[in-house]
Order: sequence, then C-alpha cells, then structure tokens
Amino acid sequence: MSLGRVGLFIPCYIDQVYPRVGMATVRLLEKLGVSFEFPEDQTCCGQPQFNSGCFKDAAKLAGKMLRIFKDYDWVVCPSGSCTGMVREYYELLLERDKESDDFKHLVSHTFELCEFLIDILKVETIDGSFPHKVGLHQSCHGLRGLGLGVPSEQVLPGRIGKVRRLLESLRGIEIVTTGRSDECCGFGGTFSVFEGTVSSFIGRDRIKDYEQAGAEVIVSYDVSCLMHLDGLIRRDKKPLKVLHIAEVVDGAVS
Amino acid sequence: MKSHARLAAAFLKQEERAHWHDQALWYVREKRDRMAASVPDWEALRETAQAIKRHALANLPRYLEEFEQNAAARGAIVHYALDAAEHNRIVLEILKRRDARLVAKSKSMLSEECGLNEFLERNGVEVVETDLAERIIQLAGERPSHIVLPSIHIRKEEVGAIFHEHLGTERGESDPTRLTRAARTHLREKFLAAEAGISGVNFAVAETGAVVICTNEGNADLGNSLPDLYIAVMGVEKVIPKSRDLGVFLRLLSRSATGQPISAYTSHLLGPRPGQEMHIVIVDNGRSEILQRERFYKAAFCIRCGACLNTCPVYRRSGGHSYNYVIPGPIGTILAMHRDLKKYKDMPYASTLCGSCTAVCPVKIDIHRQIVLWRNEVVEAGHLGRAKSAALKTATLGMKRTRLFRMGGWTVRKLLRSLPSFVFNNRLTIWGRSRDLPKMPAQSFRAEYRAHSKSKTNLSESGLNREGRS
Repeated sequence: MSLGRVGLFIPCYIDQVYPRVGMATVRLLEKLGVSFEFPEDQTCCGQPQFNSGCFKDAAKLAGKMLRIFKDYDWVVCPSGSCTGMVREYYELLLERDKESDDFKHLVSHTFELCEFLIDILKVETIDGSFPHKVGLHQSCHGLRGLGLGVPSEQVLPGRIGKVRRLLESLRGIEIVTTGRSDECCGFGGTFSVFEGTVSSFIGRDRIKDYEQAGAEVIVSYDVSCLMHLDGLIRRDKKPLKVLHIAEVVDGAVS
Repeated sequence: MKSHARLAAAFLKQEERAHWHDQALWYVREKRDRMAASVPDWEALRETAQAIKRHALANLPRYLEEFEQNAAARGAIVHYALDAAEHNRIVLEILKRRDARLVAKSKSMLSEECGLNEFLERNGVEVVETDLAERIIQLAGERPSHIVLPSIHIRKEEVGAIFHEHLGTERGESDPTRLTRAARTHLREKFLAAEAGISGVNFAVAETGAVVICTNEGNADLGNSLPDLYIAVMGVEKVIPKSRDLGVFLRLLSRSATGQPISAYTSHLLGPRPGQEMHIVIVDNGRSEILQRERFYKAAFCIRCGACLNTCPVYRRSGGHSYNYVIPGPIGTILAMHRDLKKYKDMPYASTLCGSCTAVCPVKIDIHRQIVLWRNEVVEAGHLGRAKSAALKTATLGMKRTRLFRMGGWTVRKLLRSLPSFVFNNRLTIWGRSRDLPKMPAQSFRAEYRAHSKSKTNLSESGLNREGRS
C-alpha cells in the first residue's frame, strides 16, 4: 500500500542528546522501505511544560507541532510518551483547534514506532537476531496510554503486548521475567527533578529487579526512562546496558 | 508545613524500612491482581460500577430523598449536614441528649475528614476506635497513613511496644496472634461499656433504606448492635439506587481493597434493633461542589478502596504521612485539591503520572489525568514557585524558535562535553545528586541526519545505490 507522506517526529531530547536513537529509527524505516521526511522546523511536543502544569506554554509548542505535521499522512515517533502527549493530551491544549480536521487527523495519525510497524506496516516478525537477555521496560505512557503492552493490573486475557511480540520474534533473544512486570521507573518527566529522591529510589528498585532477573540489557520504547535508569546504572557502576528498541531492531536486521 | 518532596526524602532515609513498606503494599496489589483476574468480566464490571455512580450522583437529590424516606420508615432518624462542623455538632448533640460519654467507633474516613474524634474528645466524650489498626493508630497518637490499612506503616514490634505501654502486654511481645488477642480482650470491655456506637457507611441503598457496612473484624457489628444508641455517618456520595447494585460494588470493593473476594462481614442494617435508637448523618462537606466541576466530578465516585494507593510507586515509597492531607496517595491528591488548592499545592506533583491508579480504580476515575489537570490549576493560581516557572518559561521560549532550540542544544552539549563530569554529577545539582547525566554526543540528530541524507543522495546520484533499498 502507498503510505503517502510520512513525517518523522523526533522528540527534543533524542534530537539533542540521543541522536543514535534517531538514527537507528531512520535506518530501520529505510530498511523497511518507508520513505519519510524529517521536518527541520520541529523542536518539542510540549510535554515538559504540560507535565508541569504549564498548559499555556505547552499549547504554544502543541500549536507549532500541529502546523508542522498537519500535512503529513502519518507521523511516526520513536517515543511512547511523546506520541501519547499528542494523542491523549493535545485536546486539552488546543481547545480552539479541537474540532478542526487538521487536529483530528494529527491526533489519529500519530504513531509510536512499534505500533507503526505492527498496525500500519503490518510487520508481524522481525528477521534478525539479538542473542541477549533482555529486560523489557514497558514505559507507562506507552503501556497504558497507547496500549503497547498489557498492563499487569488489568484483566485482558489472551492479549500479548505489541512490543513484546516484536522483540520475541528476534532469534536468540530471551526476555527475562522480572518480579514486577511493569512498575514505573520513577522518571516521570519533571518529577525526576521536583522529587529527585523518590524518583531515584524507584529507579534503583527497578534496576535491581532487572538485575535479579538476569537481564544484560534494558530495552524500552522510551529513551527518557532509559536516560534516568542509565544515569543510576552508571552512578552505581553496574554492568547493565540500556537500549532503545529501534537500536535493538535496527542492529538485529542486516 | 513541609512539602511532600521533603517528607518523602525523610521517609526514604530509612532505606530498609522504606523497602519493607513498599513490599508490604505491593503484596496487597498483587493479591488484588489475582482476585481481579478471578472475575472474567472484571473490566466490564468496573465500567458498570462507573455507570451506576454516574447515574446515582447525577440524580442525587432524588436518591437521597428515597433513601431518607425508606430509612425513616424503618425507624432510623436521618440528619443532613452541610459541612464538617455541622456534622460534628449533630453527632455531639445526639450523644449529649442520651448522655453518652463512651463511644465504640468503627473505621470511617468521613469522620477523619471531619475531625470528629478530636471534636468529641474536646467535648468530653471518650471515643474508642474498635478497628484493630485504627486502635493502634489511636493509641500511638498518630493519624492513618492509608485509608484501608491505616497502620500499614507500623511494624509488629512497634505494635508490641504500643500495646505494652497501653494494654499491659509483655515487653517485647510481637506475635500478631497474641497481640490481637490482647486487643480483643481490651476492646471487648469497651464494647460492653460503650453507651453509643458510631460507624461509617460503605453503601446506602435508596430502594430499601439499608445501610451497608463492610468490615473484616466484625467490630462495626458489635458497635451497631450492643449499645442502645447507634449513629451511622456517611457522605452523600454513598447512596446507590438499588439492592442489586450491590452485586456490582461488593464484588469490586474487597477485591480492589485487600484482594479478598468479599469482606468477612457485610452487614445490611435495616433500621435499629428493638429498643435501640439509630441515627444516620448524611454529609456533603464539599461533595456537591466536586460534582459540579466538569473536569473533576468523577473524583466523587470514589468508594474508598485504597487500590490506587497500593499501586502508586510514589505512595509506596513515601508513606501516607508525606501527603499532609487526611487521605493520601493519588485519590487523596484529587480530593485534597478541592479543599485547599494552595495548602496542598505540592500534592499533584507527587506523582510520576504512570497511570496505574486509573487502571486499578474500580469505578474508573481518571485519576492521573485529574492530577495533571490540577497541576495546571496550581500554575494558573500562581503557586508553582518562581524558580520552576522561570525554568519552564525559558525552555518554552527556546523551543518555540527552532534556531534558538538548536543553539541551546549545541551550547549545552558543548559545555557538558568540555567540563569534567564532577561539575554536574554532584550533590549540588538535583539530577546529578544520585544519577549521572547522559554522555553528550558530538552533534545533534538533525545534523547527523542531514549528513546521512546528503551521502545517500550522493550515492544514488552516482548510481551506486540503484536498488534504493537494502
């Protein structure tokens, strides 16, 4: 099928601090034969402001996002959290645009990378190998907001998470079983600074759980959570690594 | 008043204890998961519960009147109280009229909310909490740290010390069975001597006038049947239309609260026992205002199960007392804000917005969404604080203009790459206190991508990449 115009939405911190995640996304999409554009004018979706309660500030950035991406048929983003921001919360920020076709289109056509692969490109399995013990970190906004996984507190028998399905198709991969399957890592955006002590405490608990389960690498679709966890891992000089799922899949596919 | 962040940091100083607290509550959360999973249509049940609440509260006057008439027809005396003060006054008057000086009281979050115990004590009435955990708290002179498990923050050895001091158990006794037996003997005396019983209410059935109370210890049943005077206190939101609605709520309540299929005792009180005087005090205390707020009305659906506390990663690691409001955790946050936005302004920020609270809530309150909406109310009221506001304003300015954003990113990367890491990974920076900053890359994604696209174009122009895709 023809996808039309695909716009790549790269979150601000990936652009500025984790270009390797952005580039892995680029290479992966290229390998899958998706042609896309990266609109250079983009900056940030406004989540830090929104998350802190500064809706007016966030609305300015949301408006900018709408202007930049409204003409794309699909918007793809390697972050569950930033995708969730657009899909779930823009309606609270862009009240005046809420009923417009542009707005409705953007909100219904913005996809996190894994869901774009599965739901739109209909990728069922990945032909590649990743012979490592992986701790799958199901970041909250993607897990509950976008339904990328099956939250452990919900009763949804028979469902398997999308991200898990993708990862499990890789040869040699072992997704370890942790004590708590999807507890928050404690990052929480500006929470990580406003409540730094609690944030770090929760993060260390998460890391210990992955460690005890025998994980070599923690994989997530949100590098913001990973930035927090990696900061703790490096401070404590632990051997664990963190990788964004785009890096894993791109690296696994030849 | 200390902020949640400071109180939580103090709580976490005792690391081993904090882990114990987290684990004790996680255990309850896991029990809840298993129990929820035993009901195949669990998610549909939550949906139904919300629909019933929505209907009942949208028609509140009608159902309250129906409840009042039916309860009165069964011999109960019904009172209405606009706020906490009126509620306390009414209860005191009832007690005074019967000259009741000793009250056997069952757990009631409403009475905590109204400060009933303190008020009665000030007016010469002795109030004995008869729920074991509540009694522990009362003897220790503390307030509950959880709405269902009020003494969850106290360990059994500490209970032993409290009982040794107040009930004369042996020093060093920490065996739960023996401690419980001692409490039972002690409470039995109080039950027999009490001149009045007071309890909260879980559900008030409009159709029948029944007051439904769920407990695990049967203490409410002794309290409402032994004394000749019994007072039930309830918030207006407790009313449900029909008996059959209990088939929805009773299946949800205990499973969500403690991971039990049902509470040990579920008592349906249809009027006073012969020879007894029964009063029902129905309290608003801000509830009808909550119901009028478009973005926040669902907070009034809460059935006080405490599931959102047990699942909250922040609550489990900061303890109930760090929240300052009488009801802690996620639901406490979205209730406290209606009381006093300024006083409780830091509560909405005590959340990672992980959304697990919303996912466990048996009546599907959009808790985490309300929390972020409350943050906005705090900001709009000017209570965020100057430093935080300024930082976010600056960030917005930088992000609005792509050039500024690029320059800002470049500067930060350059700076962090050239400085030795101890400059930023230290105690003085909030991030760096316990975490390392990410290693800064040489260039941004957009720069790398530009180079990448250019080399690709060059490749295809030179004919080397004719197939286009690999």
